[in-house]
Amino acid sequence: MKLGEKQKLGLTGIAIGVIAVILVVLGNPKNMGFCIACFIRDTAGAMHMHTAPIVEYVRPEIIGIILGSFAISVISGDFRPKGGSSPVLRFVIGFIVMIGALVFLGCPLRMVLRLGGGDLNAFIGLLGFISGIAIGCVFLSNGFTLGKAAVQSRAEGAALSAVTTLLFILFIAAPSLFLFSETGPGSMHAPVAAALLAGLAVGIISERTRLCMAGGIRDIILVRDYTLIIGFAGIFIASLAGNLITGNFSLGFSGQPVAHSKHVWNFLGMLAVGLGSAMLGGCPLRQLILAGEGSSDSVMAVLGMLVGAAFAHNFSLASSADAGPGINGKIALVISIAVLLLIGIVVTLRERRKA
Amino acid sequence: MRLDTSGYSCPEPVIMTKKALKENPAGLDVIVDNRASKENVTRYAKALGYNVAIEEGNGCWTLKISK
Repeated sequence: MKLGEKQKLGLTGIAIGVIAVILVVLGNPKNMGFCIACFIRDTAGAMHMHTAPIVEYVRPEIIGIILGSFAISVISGDFRPKGGSSPVLRFVIGFIVMIGALVFLGCPLRMVLRLGGGDLNAFIGLLGFISGIAIGCVFLSNGFTLGKAAVQSRAEGAALSAVTTLLFILFIAAPSLFLFSETGPGSMHAPVAAALLAGLAVGIISERTRLCMAGGIRDIILVRDYTLIIGFAGIFIASLAGNLITGNFSLGFSGQPVAHSKHVWNFLGMLAVGLGSAMLGGCPLRQLILAGEGSSDSVMAVLGMLVGAAFAHNFSLASSADAGPGINGKIALVISIAVLLLIGIVVTLRERRKA
Repeated sequence: MRLDTSGYSCPEPVIMTKKALKENPAGLDVIVDNRASKENVTRYAKALGYNVAIEEGNGCWTLKISK
């Protein structure tokens, strides 16, 4: 039986939800089987880019996702190095997406996993995420574009995957180079082999199905297409079922793992992530997948997220669990959303003048 | 009518196709250079009731969208 696109996306979502629940059982923080933003942040910490002692670890999941996407795209012919579509703007937007995610405490993938764990704060985040994507769709349907990408060399397309491989080799061969948390979320992790395999699996199936947390909502708003949202739904259903079975389900706002109940900031944090993801053409997970496929533009967004994570902790922009964001985080997030709107308006107006 | 979306990635080729189909409701050829756009544009055109014939060549796909 040949599976249709929707069935494949549904199964991919379910697989990711199940893998996330298994990673929590194996040691990852609760409701954080996968979190692209948190794991890039932990990796930035491990590489001494920030020194927040509770969030430092080289997350093999991130390495696996990039390399899984790279490997399957080379095999399938999807590896087509391209770049040059507003790289600096993509870096800036990636940076802002990370600030928003770290004020909320999670990327869109973790938002869905948190929903599956019964965390209602994530529902407030979802409302912000949908609002941000809706604003992005207004820009997109009025001509917003980051511009045309051009074909690049295979070396350019493979550079991030090569660096990621080197990072993994150093992590295994010379761990003393890195910082590792002794307490907090950074100290909680599944065994390296399991985390790497989980990342590879998610990288491969996400590349094949083009799963994207933002794309599903965007496609519904823009063209009434309900295909990509099925992956989103699959992750939610599988994580909900998995959390109920493993006893990790707890419905409510308070006492949720690595979360806070500052509703305004949860909403605005995910609004920034949604808007930024719509402008970049995909959520943080999708940026990792596209980076593996050889998109230099997505590599710029990933590097923006990496540097954004370091800034978020060096300048106290990230929220702390329970207490929520401090004054620096609130100011930075408001400025970040203003910058996204400014980029959106300026680029859209320029494109309309050209048309 | 030919619409070249090479170099643009998801969702822009779909939006470009949407606009072009408004101006050319009888159909058009859309050139896409990545699998995601190929599938998205095809799905979009089929949802509107068009037929889509796909030709591959030179690392691109030409989607012949017609009524």
